[in-house]
Amino acid sequence: MAGYPEAHPGLPTPTPLADDGRGTGWTSNVARSRNTGDLIFQSLTGLGAVVVVAVVGAILLLLLWKSMPSIQRFGLGFITSSDWDPLHERFGAWPSIYGTLVTTAIAMLLAVPLSLVTALFLVDLSPPWLSRIVGTGLELLAAVPSIIYGMWGMTVFASFMQRWIEPGLAGTLGFLPLFQGQMNGMGMLTAGLILALMILPYICAVSRDVFRMTPGVLKESAYGMGATTWEVTRDVTIPYGMRGILGAVFLGLARAIGETMAVTFVIGDNRHVAASLFASGNTISSTLANQFNEATGIKYSVLVELGLVLFLITVAFEIFAHLWLRRLRNAGGR
Amino acid sequence: MIVDQLQDNASQKSLREAVDKPRAATTAPSGQPPTVKISVRSLNFYYGQHQALFDNNIDICGNRVTAVIGPSGCGKSTHLRAYNRIYQLYREHRAEGQILLDGKNLLDPSTDELLLRKRVGMIFQKPTPFPMTVFDNVAYGLRLHNKISKQELSARVEAALQSAALWDEVKNKLDKPGTALSGGQQQRLCIARAIAVEPDVLLMDEPCSAIDPVGTARIEDLIDSLRANFTIIIVTHNMQQAARVSDFTAFFYQGKIVEYGPTKHIFTNPTQKQTEDYITGRFG
Amino acid sequence: MAATVTISPQTLRPLAETMRPRSMAWRRGVDLLVRVIASLSACVGLIALTWILLTVCIRGGAAISWTFLTQLPTPPGVSGGGVSNAIVGTCLMTLLAGLAGIPLGLLAGVYLAEYGKNSAVASAVRFAANILMGTPSILIGVFINVLLVSPPIGLGHYSGYAGAAALAIIVLPVVARTSEDMLRLVPDTLRESALALGCPRWRMTLDIIFRAARGGLLTGVILAIARVSGETAPLLFTALNSEYSVRSLDEQTANLTVFIANKGPSPYADWQQMAWGASLLITLGVLSLILIARFTLRERKS
Repeated sequence: MAGYPEAHPGLPTPTPLADDGRGTGWTSNVARSRNTGDLIFQSLTGLGAVVVVAVVGAILLLLLWKSMPSIQRFGLGFITSSDWDPLHERFGAWPSIYGTLVTTAIAMLLAVPLSLVTALFLVDLSPPWLSRIVGTGLELLAAVPSIIYGMWGMTVFASFMQRWIEPGLAGTLGFLPLFQGQMNGMGMLTAGLILALMILPYICAVSRDVFRMTPGVLKESAYGMGATTWEVTRDVTIPYGMRGILGAVFLGLARAIGETMAVTFVIGDNRHVAASLFASGNTISSTLANQFNEATGIKYSVLVELGLVLFLITVAFEIFAHLWLRRLRNAGGR
Repeated sequence: MIVDQLQDNASQKSLREAVDKPRAATTAPSGQPPTVKISVRSLNFYYGQHQALFDNNIDICGNRVTAVIGPSGCGKSTHLRAYNRIYQLYREHRAEGQILLDGKNLLDPSTDELLLRKRVGMIFQKPTPFPMTVFDNVAYGLRLHNKISKQELSARVEAALQSAALWDEVKNKLDKPGTALSGGQQQRLCIARAIAVEPDVLLMDEPCSAIDPVGTARIEDLIDSLRANFTIIIVTHNMQQAARVSDFTAFFYQGKIVEYGPTKHIFTNPTQKQTEDYITGRFG
Repeated sequence: MAATVTISPQTLRPLAETMRPRSMAWRRGVDLLVRVIASLSACVGLIALTWILLTVCIRGGAAISWTFLTQLPTPPGVSGGGVSNAIVGTCLMTLLAGLAGIPLGLLAGVYLAEYGKNSAVASAVRFAANILMGTPSILIGVFINVLLVSPPIGLGHYSGYAGAAALAIIVLPVVARTSEDMLRLVPDTLRESALALGCPRWRMTLDIIFRAARGGLLTGVILAIARVSGETAPLLFTALNSEYSVRSLDEQTANLTVFIANKGPSPYADWQQMAWGASLLITLGVLSLILIARFTLRERKS
């Protein structure tokens, strides 16, 4: 037989293949029905995937479409204008954008360092039973709906701010224009603080997981060189987990930018850009929450354009985060 | 059986060869008789309720390489980790007894563990380059403990890398991340990092177990050359390595030190039956 | 540098100006300071949580009564109002959102974990899911308003269906990503053994992989539902709120969250109290779901 090695004595002789290669047909029926089932299932999963992409595309398209009238009317100046005169149909986005940026900045400046040290506490400093309690507390804090934050902020926290925090700040740092002016507990500072509280659990939970993933041997090496716990965290744990920490930060950022109900209740509805953090103002989402339902005509389009601006800011941050994290991953050498 | 005996003879032969081989040392021990650097008295160690070390007593000689051998789980790493109190990172771990470094008990709570770790350095089983450049890795300990000028730092980093036989390979890569080096190079980087702060003692916990044979050979040569300036204690599960590299060997079994003496004696003429059984491969 | 210099205790003695030991006391002091700050900041979260929960329980508890749970809302000043319609509305819309969003999300998750994996298409889908997850929920509300409510393409009126649709869009990417993560945790050896037995791919996924990842998948689903049930912004422009009982979802539908948004900031004390009562209900609902989810996960793990 061609190609077949010389048979050793004791080995069975091979049976020749059937002529048409179909064999005895033991596979054919099963294969056909298996293929159909697989095909249907795979298509269904593909459908799910397509829906996700389609929704994102649809959001972008519809927001663009409905803001067209406003874009055509006001052009790029819309972004920098502070007008808001519904009677004469003059609108500008700047106060809302300013409010969004300021409240988000306050939230991030407070929440990121607090989250990191809390994560350090949970991983390296506290006994296991305490870690569990604090960890559970943080999870529950993350689960509380934002409108509850709004209610609490509006009634309880605002009066706390008005009685203690704002006078305290005005007393010590009042030379800065940031902390001057009327103090009524509502305003951008209060909104920023509540936002910080809302994003704290998210950034902290992710940072904690990141810190936990630092190899024990690596930390022992640093301790073995005679470093203190803080030095080990600063020089080894945080750089090692930088990617994850940045991911957590971006997560918090995305949440802070778009948060609506907690902010709307405490920021007021002031359309001027004030220097003081005690002043009320508005964010893009609070403007939408307050004004969208009654809007008609060009104002409707203006508000959709505001929403589009917010959407584009969010997407820009997503893309930036994605690219930066990918660059870190490639350069990391880990 | 014939096969067993053949194996015994082969491994015995290779051990004997390893022990007898003249060291290609660039810095041979100066011929002075060994002095005691570290004295361990009645060391007991506990993981929670479970006792892992039982009444360890040993005198480690200065400027010599001491190997610690024994089967898995016998307590050799545990014993080593007592010397720089690294076990204190974990709540459940507890050591009792005395470890006298130049006469001072380092297990005593009044001994500052940060200063201790400056004097006693440690190399781990897996290479552990920090997430920073090669230069920063070696400079880490120096910067941690000292305010130091840039020139002084560069000089010391280069000297450390030279001593670790790594300078020629990385002199053009000082700003690359430490993780960009090969496994063997990373381990030598960790050694350079450890010796940059000029410790008295180097603890090595199976430093070659994650390294390829060529890298291992280079590290063993390095250990040989470091002997002149440091006291080295190396835990290893590789008996041939212990025979090649060390002056003294301690055999651990089930948390106790069964036998301790010059390497040559331990491997050719052990006095305890357990030692002989382990060396001839009957267990472990 | 000239000849090779090796480190030994006697070489390289430092000149005083170039090298000086750093103060151990200072280093330990900084370490202690960081420890104290870390402990304090861990308290911040706990203090805030306790403060919020106490406020909700005390103020909300005052409002809870049988009347509150079973009656329709009344105008300000008229006693005997309740949130029965809002409870029904929230439950219905959340249920509907789950029915729409969870299966699609699971399918998308299966696609990402089993079929697409690391392909370019799958990366694009993942990116889209991330964007959708990061999109502020109020924009989802605006989107559905344009699509289903406002005149040119919408129905011309608010509806509970629109509200459920908005919530479903929020559920979708969350379930997709958590399912993908859970399915990926299942080891490939399990897949290979099933296929090696001659199992068709779709049966392998449904019977075996889902069963293996059951705990994680369930937890992801429950968490998504919990999150969505507390959402307000997506309902503001879609289902709005209603003072009447829920007869059909094709009209403004009462729900707890928009109820709170309307009545909370109002100047009427009885409406404010009702808002707190509703807040308590929503908080209890969401926290119970979270605890159920954690319990599910722990049970599966053991």
